[in-house]
Amino acid sequence: MLFYQIIRTAFRGIIANKMRTSLTMLGIIIGVGAIIAMLSLGEGAKRQVMESMSRFGTNVLRIRPGAAMLGHVRTGRVETLTMGDAEALRASVPGIKRLSPVVGSSTQVKYSNRNATTLVTGTTPEFIEINNFQVAEGHFFDQPDIKLVRRVAAIGATVRKELFGEGPAVGEEVKIEGQTFTVIAVMAAKGQSTFSDPDDQIFIPVTTSQRRVFFQDYVNDINIQVEDASFIPAVKEGIESVLRARHRIAPGVESDFTIRDFTEIMRAMQETTQTFTVLLSGIAAVSLLVGGIGVMNIMLVSVTERTREIGIRMAVGARRKDILRQFLIEALAITITGGVIGIGVGASIAALLSRFGEWQTVITFWSIALGFCFSGLVGLVFGIYPARKASLMDPIEALRYE
Amino acid sequence: MIELRGITKRYSIGGSLVEVLSSIDLEIKKGESVSIMGPSGSGKSTLMNIIGCLDKPTEGAYTLGGIRVDSMDEDALARARNLNIGFVFQSFNLLARHTAVENVELPLFYAGVNDSESLAKAALKEVGLEHRMNHKPNELSGGERQRVAIARAIVLNPPIILADEPTGNLDSRTGKEIMALFDGLHSKGTTLVLVTHDPNVAAFAQRAINIKDGKVVI
Repeated sequence: MLFYQIIRTAFRGIIANKMRTSLTMLGIIIGVGAIIAMLSLGEGAKRQVMESMSRFGTNVLRIRPGAAMLGHVRTGRVETLTMGDAEALRASVPGIKRLSPVVGSSTQVKYSNRNATTLVTGTTPEFIEINNFQVAEGHFFDQPDIKLVRRVAAIGATVRKELFGEGPAVGEEVKIEGQTFTVIAVMAAKGQSTFSDPDDQIFIPVTTSQRRVFFQDYVNDINIQVEDASFIPAVKEGIESVLRARHRIAPGVESDFTIRDFTEIMRAMQETTQTFTVLLSGIAAVSLLVGGIGVMNIMLVSVTERTREIGIRMAVGARRKDILRQFLIEALAITITGGVIGIGVGASIAALLSRFGEWQTVITFWSIALGFCFSGLVGLVFGIYPARKASLMDPIEALRYE
Repeated sequence: MIELRGITKRYSIGGSLVEVLSSIDLEIKKGESVSIMGPSGSGKSTLMNIIGCLDKPTEGAYTLGGIRVDSMDEDALARARNLNIGFVFQSFNLLARHTAVENVELPLFYAGVNDSESLAKAALKEVGLEHRMNHKPNELSGGERQRVAIARAIVLNPPIILADEPTGNLDSRTGKEIMALFDGLHSKGTTLVLVTHDPNVAAFAQRAINIKDGKVVI
């Protein structure tokens, strides 16, 4: 029997009982849909973690002045962190790999007749290592630049585009708050993230930022990279005790600073995703099993109903394997059609989760291939018994069947 | 063409062994037309199933076109049914969801023939149904259905047509038309085996074989 004829015969069987077949398919659709949604969620979470790592750096803690956020309002004074605090932390908290204070704010930057409002970040060279920035052109400023309070700037890719277009940037002079800065470096683009554009930023030495631009003693932020993820709790405790002592905060009183732990945020995010993934794989497993049983059930009914047809086919020359193949392919046609619809449903669920939930989802070729294979596998596993039963019928008995 | 030697068939029914056919010797020559007659329970259906390669004898030798059939495996039997024998049943046995052409194409599928549609149409034309080719069995009359079944039986040009009460479900006029078709096939050289208990049908054959209690009676 030719292949297309086998397929045509299989689909004829399916179409003859539309309602029954579509109900049977539903289990497979839900199962494969859950697999696709689950995998896209898992893949999305993985990408998100990787993206976060490249954006925030690995094992990074961020200390900001003021107590914890209440809603979106930061409480307490914002002038509590100093360069002294930063140096004290570096000197007395073990486990810190890199540390860099940040003094900065959003302000206007001018180049000849163009201007742009951007984030001016006064910091140290360690900042770019902690936060995974790369220099594209020129050289980032160094310790002597900081010590000598030089007016030099490293500009982000977005700023470069806004101020210089396609023209040269390194060596040009820009004005920040009336001060003239020489551009010594252009940073490589990191790409727009969901929250902000890290390339819309100008880096200047932290001392210059404090004394010539913003005129402030305090720092806005201290970024700390910890040696190893396992040190994070100890380092947090160390920071807490050193800063509380320096700020003379009595026991029981709330700290006037906040430590944000991105690793922790990421882990929490991963855990939610994990829970959801486990839930979805449970749904997938159960509904594929139940769906498979449904397919087996409907195929058994179909085989019994079509006993006479089997007898006729055998009388005109069908071998046992022809009958086996016919019913197996019919089961596969049900599950694979269900699988293809399920892939569509799963992709839609993933899209909805992305849009209305806080999850990022990515549909990969492999998840589609896996969903497809699973639907085929269910068809084989649950279709083989009814197909075998059909193929083992006695042609004489089958022809006599009413 | 068909040669049966000492064909015996026993069934075990409820623990006791029943001998349905006992040591039948029978020869049907190429191009012959033969009727097998006998009351129900005589074993003529079993004999027909064995001749039609649907069943295997318990004992004895069956040679079909010079080839021993009783020792064949099931795939070879299926092939023998496909290529050597055209079945025509009392109850037509057409696939209800398939059109006339598709029903006639069925043996061609299992024979692996590529151009099945034109062959099936030619066979339907031969039985005078070229105007009803795309109808389904429930849209056809009894006589037309049996014509479709005959077209299906002859589509692969088998040397033998095996008909089991072919007119049993038809009125006498339609029955005569069907028998005329068989006559035509026989005159073209096809070996015809008619299983029936109707003497009028048996009269179409050159030779009548009577079966009683599993034995050939003269």
